[in-house]
Amino acid sequence: MTLVSLLNRMPGDVAIGIIWGIMALGVYLTFRILNFADLTVDGSFATGGAVCVVLITSGVPYPVAMAAAFAAGLAAGLCTGLLHTLLGIPDILSGILMQLALYSVNIFLLGGANKSIGVGKYSLCVSMLAVSISIVMEIIIAAVIIGVMYWYFGTAQGSAIRATGNNPAMSRAQGINIGLMKVIALALSNGMVALAGSLMAQLNGFTDVGMGRGAIVIGLAAVIIGEVACHTLFRKRTNFMLRLVFVIIGGVIYYMVMGFISWLRVPTDGLKLFTALIVAAFLAVPYLKGKASSSFRKAGRRGADDL
Amino acid sequence: MIQIKNIYKTFNPGTINEKRALNGVSLTLEDGDFVTVIGGNGAGKSTLLNAIAGVWPVDEGSIYFDDVNVTGLCEFRRAKYLGRVFQDPMTGTAADMQIDENLALAARRGKLRLWGWGITAAERQEYKKLLQSLDLGLEERMTAKVGLLSGGQRQALTLLMATLQKPKMLLLDEHTAALDPKTAAKVLATTDRIVEEHGLTTMMVTHNMRDAIAHGNRLIMMDEGRIILDIRGEEKKRLTIEDLLHKFEEVSGEEFTNDQAILSK
Ligand SMILES: Nc1ncnc2c1ncn2[C@@H]1O[C@H](COP(=O)(O)OP(=O)(O)O)[C@@H](O)[C@H]1O
Ligand SMILES: [Mg+2]
Repeated sequence: MTLVSLLNRMPGDVAIGIIWGIMALGVYLTFRILNFADLTVDGSFATGGAVCVVLITSGVPYPVAMAAAFAAGLAAGLCTGLLHTLLGIPDILSGILMQLALYSVNIFLLGGANKSIGVGKYSLCVSMLAVSISIVMEIIIAAVIIGVMYWYFGTAQGSAIRATGNNPAMSRAQGINIGLMKVIALALSNGMVALAGSLMAQLNGFTDVGMGRGAIVIGLAAVIIGEVACHTLFRKRTNFMLRLVFVIIGGVIYYMVMGFISWLRVPTDGLKLFTALIVAAFLAVPYLKGKASSSFRKAGRRGADDL
Repeated sequence: MIQIKNIYKTFNPGTINEKRALNGVSLTLEDGDFVTVIGGNGAGKSTLLNAIAGVWPVDEGSIYFDDVNVTGLCEFRRAKYLGRVFQDPMTGTAADMQIDENLALAARRGKLRLWGWGITAAERQEYKKLLQSLDLGLEERMTAKVGLLSGGQRQALTLLMATLQKPKMLLLDEHTAALDPKTAAKVLATTDRIVEEHGLTTMMVTHNMRDAIAHGNRLIMMDEGRIILDIRGEEKKRLTIEDLLHKFEEVSGEEFTNDQAILSK
């Protein structure tokens, strides 16, 4: 538990943090833009890892394996979207059902609970064996995704997705097929999440069906930490691009904090509890702030004063 | 021409909450007709407008916009023919999006929304001029979030969005009811101007008899899911509130009670 060991682990933590940040961009799409709490991500993150590892170990080049992981995520999101829009299953439940289904799919894909790529056998996009290069690669990938998202949400289709998340009644009145928009957004989101999963598997040289457990909460943590940081630094001068960049930064901050805590030798199982507490606290803040300015208790006190 | 042929709608059929909200409504609107719609609370005015907009399918009857049978089209597919403004100012706009973005969404109503720009520079110029015509200073705030606007500003913006592409029909459901009298008057004046400018076929629900008489070239009164009065032409022009009360008693066989005082004078 020396300072050196903390400094030593930092580059690796940054590399992992950026991947969580990329995953969090997918969460941002559903949670913030579409206003849909999508729990599919815990499954699709692991699906991305599984597809990628299986393909790479059977000799497929990593860019193809990553594209396949993205496509698998698209398919998972598509299924969640169809469960919700065609079959009328509520949003949270659609995600939970898909998450459960994906667990079996992932075990089937891997032929077991986990699978390793094997050290140095295949050429990979990112690897813990070459952390600095991996970080550069991840930053490039994140930049491309942010660029594409920035462009896409400025198009007619992207605007329609934003409108769907913001006001479904208005969107229908403006001729927007809100079911289709939800399906597209869910597919894209889970595609990004699965791509992040494929990066995580390569970085670790290993994948596990449990890899995505808690991914949604980590994604929310990254989104929220990013928002707080962005607001603190830029106040009203934020724009969409900055917000996306800060989702990545949120992922990095999140994982650095986690790294710091585990350096303090808090048992890793305790970390999940800690993450859940942090996210709950941040999600509660806007609500509590609202209550502070208009609460029954205060109203009661004011009413009593009138006597 | 808009043709509504003998439509029926029952909510919650077969339950204790069963409610026949439309009971055989037929109505033909000529191009450019501006019809005001009055009737007591629960008479079926909103239900009629929702049936036209396709919020849910009707049980019986059919609806034609010109020679297009839209009876089987769902809400978003029908939207390309319609402009709508709702009672609640929150309903008609996307609060977290900018004023110009809201207009651009409306400009693409009924079009394929693919990967072209969501809004172009040329459109921004055009919207600026249109917003100027509202005389609310919104042209200076084009990139402000709509959530920051007042109810009256939002209704005026929604009106602009509804008519940005000339709709076959404009549906206004008590769109000034949530506004203070002064703002309501201003939004109504804007409504008149826009309807006249484009010669829009319009249905405007109002609970204010005076407004119903002062606006439009035709007036219908609804009661229990039926149209019980249809006044147009010279007769509409000469109509007074007293006439309207008389006619209501004549047709419905009831006296005008306090319950119906929602038809405020
Ligand atoms: N979506 C709905 N579900 C059930 N009942 C409805 C629905 N919409 C309207 N109604 C009922 O239909 C009747 C007519 O309502 P409405 O058309 O809103 O009246 P108004 O003339 O005041 O606009 C009312 O009794 C109302 O409760
Ligand atoms: Mg009504």
